[in-house]
Amino acid sequence: MIESTLRADDAVYGEVVPAGESWIHEIKKGQTFRIVDLEGNQAVDTLFYSAADTAERYSATDTIVGQRNIYLTTGTVLLSNLRNPMLTIVADTCGRHDTLGGACAVESNQVRYAIEKRHMHACRNSFLLAIADPKWNLAKRDVTANINFFMNVPVTPEGRLTFEDGISEPLKYVELRAEMDVICVISNCPQLNNPCNAYNPTPVKVLIWN
Amino acid sequence: MSLWEDTIQGGASWSLILRRGNLLRLEDTEGGGNCAALLYNMDFPVERYNMPDTLKAQHIAHLTSGFVLYSDMGRILASVTNDSCGWHDPLGGFNDAAAVSAKYGAAPYQEHRNAWHRNSRDNFLAEAAKYGLGSRDLGPTVNFFSKIQVEEDGSMHFIPGNSQPGDFVELRAEMDLLVLLDTGQHPLDPNPVYSPKPIQISVRRAPVVLPDDPCRLSRPENARGFINTERYFL
Repeated sequence: MIESTLRADDAVYGEVVPAGESWIHEIKKGQTFRIVDLEGNQAVDTLFYSAADTAERYSATDTIVGQRNIYLTTGTVLLSNLRNPMLTIVADTCGRHDTLGGACAVESNQVRYAIEKRHMHACRNSFLLAIADPKWNLAKRDVTANINFFMNVPVTPEGRLTFEDGISEPLKYVELRAEMDVICVISNCPQLNNPCNAYNPTPVKVLIWN
Repeated sequence: MSLWEDTIQGGASWSLILRRGNLLRLEDTEGGGNCAALLYNMDFPVERYNMPDTLKAQHIAHLTSGFVLYSDMGRILASVTNDSCGWHDPLGGFNDAAAVSAKYGAAPYQEHRNAWHRNSRDNFLAEAAKYGLGSRDLGPTVNFFSKIQVEEDGSMHFIPGNSQPGDFVELRAEMDLLVLLDTGQHPLDPNPVYSPKPIQISVRRAPVVLPDDPCRLSRPENARGFINTERYFL
């Protein structure tokens, strides 16, 4: 657990992202980016792309192999599919973040919960809507295995994986320094069928410092 | 009986169309092999193997008999119908040129001919391009025959000796698939010597999927996954 010395008053950007909404924004190299879990236990599904070439993007497998650990926390360097550093986690008051649970989709909700739950709002539709403007040069094939900030998905030595109650609390945050110009895409998760949002999706706040 | 069979040399790549109802058998003839795989819906390759959906639908961080490989569209691309090995890794991804060169040293084609050091990323890029796909289409692989154990603290450990000579795994195609394969060494394999192993592949007709199919019954999620998949073909 490492706390930040940055003050919210000094941020050059701040916005609340309600549950079920998406957010897409460019973060410049050297800027610091913070996500605040305002009310606690909220999964924040997040993807990063190189702003210079969106074919280069956050890679879950390269990141976890690079640090030989599946959880993200202070000191973690998020690696791209070309194994370049994209962002470094410089502060984290939650403790660990998920790399394997991915984003909920209306189709995976059918599989996981019930065929007739296809109508329920899901992250991957939010992602697709966020990148729909052609100016981002992103499409469905670019929506790869994402980070779930504040989400708790433990894996056991026996090879089991479960979605557990969150380990986050109100106002816990994670802070990252951009090592290259990146496009960040967030879906603030609307999932109501499992404990990833404590069955009560809530807003988060994003802040950027120069 | 095999419709056809062949050998993927160590460090080499392969691609094939695997029709629904056919079965792909991979055999690690020498033991200690690794075979990275990427799967796509042949009709619409933007539908492809999805690691998180596969893991969370079945609450697993490894693959073996009875489990299935999900696409990002809630459908089952393939079922693991038989497996003598017990653990196949979905977490470790694959190496690129810089990683292979750093770990094993450079060995360019000019001097080494077909004993040169190949890397999985370039192999996948070449195979993917044959079907109009590229870098944006390469995601997490299934690394057949490799085992990565994750401890409570999240640390990842390569377990040597997971696959013995003759170990095999069988994948039944539940959709018409484009399959890309690569036999490079696993990124977490501690062996400092470039020594990728050959993998024998064969394609067979799979028995018809019965209502009591073990992969369908292994979890209620998979029963629904099969419903989604069958609807696609109605």
